[in-house]
Amino acid sequence: MSVVSETWDWLTDPAQWEGPAGIPHRTLQHLEYTGLTLVIAAVIAIPLGLYIGHTGRFRGLAVASTGALRALPTLGVLTLVSLHSGIDLTAALVALVLLAIPSLLAGAYAGLESVDPATVDAARAVGMTHWQVLWRVEVPLALPLLIGGFRTATLQVIATATIAAFVPGPGGLGVYLLTGLAVGDFTRIVGGSVVVIVLALVVDLLFAAAQRLSTRRRVSTPERV
Amino acid sequence: MTWLSNSGDLIWGHFVNHVWLALVPTVLGFLIALPIGWICHRAPAVRGVVLSIASVLYTIPSIAFILLLPAIIGTGFLDAANVVIALTVFAVAIMARFATDGFASVSTATLDAARASGFGKVGLALRVELPLAGPVLLAGLRVVSVSSVSLVSVGALAGVSNLGRLFTEGFQTENNVEILTGIVLVVALALTLDALLVLGGRLILPWAEGARSARVGAA
Repeated sequence: MSVVSETWDWLTDPAQWEGPAGIPHRTLQHLEYTGLTLVIAAVIAIPLGLYIGHTGRFRGLAVASTGALRALPTLGVLTLVSLHSGIDLTAALVALVLLAIPSLLAGAYAGLESVDPATVDAARAVGMTHWQVLWRVEVPLALPLLIGGFRTATLQVIATATIAAFVPGPGGLGVYLLTGLAVGDFTRIVGGSVVVIVLALVVDLLFAAAQRLSTRRRVSTPERV
Repeated sequence: MTWLSNSGDLIWGHFVNHVWLALVPTVLGFLIALPIGWICHRAPAVRGVVLSIASVLYTIPSIAFILLLPAIIGTGFLDAANVVIALTVFAVAIMARFATDGFASVSTATLDAARASGFGKVGLALRVELPLAGPVLLAGLRVVSVSSVSLVSVGALAGVSNLGRLFTEGFQTENNVEILTGIVLVVALALTLDALLVLGGRLILPWAEGARSARVGAA
């Protein structure tokens, strides 16, 4: 298979591993705006999701608006914002934050909804305030689903961040795919894809471990069916 | 605005292609995932393997998948088939999980009752399990249809004609109206398909809505 050996040569070429166009630098760029996206999206979505899950208010609105947000094409938002923002991260961040919000929001309110109402009632009955119920009972019990929301959002952002390279500014691993496509360099496309896929798999494994840890802690509470 | 009035044919062409490129993978993914989910529900060993493959497949960026397919299966580099195949694989990856959960949601007491009243294996699967798994399958189908409509536009980067071309061309010609038109049409298409699925679900699965409101009422 020449594709495999050519890709291997591309990946193991020392020139690929140094400088601003090298794999380490591009991976860092990719992770940098993935991380920034998740922080911004979490600051917006997690408090909203916790509020909706805790109070049960605006649930219908949240479901409808996450549905509409999911329908929003990332490439469209990216190109539209980029026409106005110039050469920086703004367009990529706006497009990717809008992509990450639905999963984070759904993870937060579905997580709180998954907590047994009897447990919440019991916490109130022993005199906990709203804040104590939220932080000491609901959030810890909702943790697996909250982390699940983060996992989905992170993977979506890492995968979709590749198209951010279509506009000037963000850089990242998508540059290999889109410049490879532009100049007809198939090896570069395959090599770049391999790097993105490996990155996504590593991050997914880390989240799987975190989710396992968070559910293991739950076992100490009595099991209910 | 002159762009909009002069580009009716162009927009319509991209729109029609977009509908097909989203619908075909959604339907194919649904049909392929049904037997996979049915088997996964019965064989826990298969279930573990299939669901991990599905989650690995789902981490592949769609644009990478679309661009890699020619090397894997030998399609043409700018072939629309790449988009259809990539999105079908994604659809199966999402739908297999829902199908497994859907078949698992059918109560064993119901299955025993159906067996006792003389349903054979095939009749049981098609006339008892499939309809009862319906609400969960519908939920999966809604996720797949929205994500397919949105992902098709990425295919425009690989030169395939669909509404995503309004983004790439609008960006190159700095045409806000063109990009905005594309966004509005993609969202409208996704929401319309979703509304049709909900409506279809109410017609085909009339008991699902009643059961849900009864449960909420009781809580």
